[in-house]
Amino acid sequence: MAYTEEELKKELETKEYEYGFYTDIESDTFPIGLNEEIVIAISKKKEEPEWMTLWRLEAFRIWKSMEEPTWANVHYDKPDFQNISYYSAPKSADPNKTLDDVDPDLLEMYRKLGISVDEQKKLQNVAVDIVVDSVSVATTFKKTLAEKGIIFMPISEAIKEHPELVKKYMGTVVPQKDNFYAALNSAVFTDGSFCYIPKGVRCPMELSTYFRINQAGTGQFERTLLIADEDSYVSYLEGCTAPSRDENQLHAAVVELIALDGAEIKYSTVQNWFPGNKEGKGGVFNFVTKRAICEKNAKVSWTQVETGSAVTWKYPSCILKGDNSIGEFYSIAVTNNYQQADTGTKMVHLGKNTKSTIISKGISAGKSQNSYRGLVQVNSRADGARNFSQCDSLLMGNECGAHTFPYIEAKNKTAMIEHEATTSKIGEDQIFYCNQRGIPTEKAIALIVNGFSKEVLNKLPMEFAVEAQKLLEISLEGSVG
Amino acid sequence: MAFENNVDVEHPVHDVRMAAIKNFEEKGFPSKKEEAWKYTSLNNIQKIDFSIFPKQENALEYKDVKRYFIHEIDTYKIVFVDGIYSSYLSETTHDGVDICLMSAALTKPMYKQVIDVYFNKIASKDESLTSLNTAFSREGAYIYIPKNKMPKKPIEILHFSTGNEASLLLQPRNLIVVEENAEVQIIERHQSLTSNEVLTNAVTEIFAAKSAIVDLYKIQNDAATASLIDNTYVDQKDKSLVKIHTFSFGGKLTRNNLNFYQNGEYIDSTMKGVTILGEKQHVDHHTLVHHIQPNCESHQDYKGIYGDSSTGVFNGKIIVDKIAQKTNAFQKNNNILISDKASINSKPQLEIFADDVKCSHGCTIGQLDKDALFYLQSRGIPEKEARALLMYAFANNVLSSVRIPELKARINKLIAKKLGVNLGFDL
Repeated sequence: MAYTEEELKKELETKEYEYGFYTDIESDTFPIGLNEEIVIAISKKKEEPEWMTLWRLEAFRIWKSMEEPTWANVHYDKPDFQNISYYSAPKSADPNKTLDDVDPDLLEMYRKLGISVDEQKKLQNVAVDIVVDSVSVATTFKKTLAEKGIIFMPISEAIKEHPELVKKYMGTVVPQKDNFYAALNSAVFTDGSFCYIPKGVRCPMELSTYFRINQAGTGQFERTLLIADEDSYVSYLEGCTAPSRDENQLHAAVVELIALDGAEIKYSTVQNWFPGNKEGKGGVFNFVTKRAICEKNAKVSWTQVETGSAVTWKYPSCILKGDNSIGEFYSIAVTNNYQQADTGTKMVHLGKNTKSTIISKGISAGKSQNSYRGLVQVNSRADGARNFSQCDSLLMGNECGAHTFPYIEAKNKTAMIEHEATTSKIGEDQIFYCNQRGIPTEKAIALIVNGFSKEVLNKLPMEFAVEAQKLLEISLEGSVG
Repeated sequence: MAFENNVDVEHPVHDVRMAAIKNFEEKGFPSKKEEAWKYTSLNNIQKIDFSIFPKQENALEYKDVKRYFIHEIDTYKIVFVDGIYSSYLSETTHDGVDICLMSAALTKPMYKQVIDVYFNKIASKDESLTSLNTAFSREGAYIYIPKNKMPKKPIEILHFSTGNEASLLLQPRNLIVVEENAEVQIIERHQSLTSNEVLTNAVTEIFAAKSAIVDLYKIQNDAATASLIDNTYVDQKDKSLVKIHTFSFGGKLTRNNLNFYQNGEYIDSTMKGVTILGEKQHVDHHTLVHHIQPNCESHQDYKGIYGDSSTGVFNGKIIVDKIAQKTNAFQKNNNILISDKASINSKPQLEIFADDVKCSHGCTIGQLDKDALFYLQSRGIPEKEARALLMYAFANNVLSSVRIPELKARINKLIAKKLGVNLGFDL
């Protein structure tokens, strides 16, 4: 029974966020610690071919020789890498656990997000059957997509089923030795998504992955590999949540995008990891390496809404290798309470007539620190390269900070580079105007923030934009007294 | 050792120097691994065996060096030849204001009060090159302008090196104190007269008291074998206005560290610069404005034109403290690359901890407008002159705020020379 695109769209509307991957339902968590045995054990568990095991081991050796970088404008207690379990498949949930056990704050948040109680159960992973359900949904889509020749599956399966593709592309954009966390990820990644769009195919729906950290004391290391073959198009969504815990959890993902000649990739992220509580306790450390390589006439567009995580440290980047390729980066980073974010992008212009656009909106409230760090590099052979960057920061309250660290390096005389940055606060007259018209202060702020971030929100796919707007409201709740 | 010709261990400056030596020994020369020196390498400089204290004195005739002075106007002059004060070429004064020598200020009891309050108070005790200067500096300018005073004429500080030594390290140390409601204009220039290697590691401390006005012009048009590391520290009090203009046309390697600390309210700090480079020249402008108190302003405007294989760096940092509300901080950096081998690295940086502020920075890298060039050419102006005219226009924003007309004319000539044209008029 073939799906029509119409049907698919309908299904998407209702089932968008059930599309998550859980690779193993049995309760299974490795002991804490990291050594070569653990790396081999993960590889075995995944029934990987030998080349993959060797690749992981090489990454592990590189990682051991590296030191954790400290240049970012964030402060945190370094994770103890020997105190983390590197493999954890979702446990069968305690059948007695009900929604009543769930943190009421979190429930309230879900209510505001408009997620029904059924969905809340799924998101909380309270009962195991829903996970099963979720997997089956994935399979349905897989079949429909397969008719178009699109491969979309967990990367662990892809390693077994499409080793030639994985082998050819994995590590070409983010090599094992790229950085400390990329090396760690390369050694111990447990799962993630793999996607291949064949030549000339326009993916009929938004592909989506929903990430969650469930277990306590585990780190999550997923790896996404997305290949858009010549003249293809795909829009990819990524969502993240995590339950609240007192401890800090580590999330170190790697995302590699390959846009071959004439391909276009739209990659949107709504990152809402647990940001820690109001006192700054707990929360996820989000140390992610995301990079795209653009061949001739290709286009990659990163859109991100960062509202969660205690510490965010990520720079989705574009290597504009082919002539006429285009890189875009649209970002909203919201920090509240004790959150810290050091995020931005790198645009490396190598090909001729390459273009890049950077729009970054930072909103800091509470006692948070929000940094934009970006690099625009024009190499000597990149004739006619063009860049426009805009970084705006909005400060709420006088205990937060907003920082910008743009690096601009030009080695070609035909380069045109523009960079602008501003910092401001929400005007009292703006709030007064809203109040006067019966809009309470909290709503007024949401309104103004939405307006401030509109340029980025507009770039998100419809469903995501709605969620992102609500997330902004929630993240800033209580930030104005 | 330096100021202390006869080492006097009782002298308070002795301790300052010892601490500085210790800091330099610990840190050494900065390397490219340090964020602040990411784009400027001192490796080549460190290979040269500099002599720190020249063995013989060398006299210069005024007619030989006249062209380096702003000789069209009368000025006070403090002139150093190979780091040693040249009384013959200088014109100092104690008439109401003190315009004299650092070595005198440090040793004579009548200046002790000022030295105790100001010497080495704002200069970094952490930065290794500043420490090197603190430890070994030998001479410099001492300028003290008392309350409500203004010197009758501008002050010129000139450093000549004659090439007596194969390679020379100069470490001038200046102290400029401008008291309440006083005003001063200073022109500073380093000039090498030969093709021997010279490295200047200068430190200047400027203290602007309430409502004081300080205008400092730095002319950097040195020989192709001369390198300069300039560290300027500025401490400003309420309602003071300090403007520093930097004109960088020459030298092999130039590094300007301008550090402004706004220790008061309603302060205005202005930094402007024009950089025109060719050959293998390298200029690194490193600015810091620390907004510590509310209601202050800072303005930065740097224009750069880079040709041949030259490299330019701009790193502007603005820090706004939590209590520094109502701060207005603006920063602008515009660059033109006119050669394929030239490169520019720009890093405007904002660190803001206060919410009620207006801060912005803008940075552009581009080329001359082709349409404008065509317009001029179509009216009979040759391409070379047309390009020069457009570059003049590009730099004019900075030039227009130079308050000494003769100096402005001089800089115009320097720009015309650097661009290799004669437009037959001054802008």
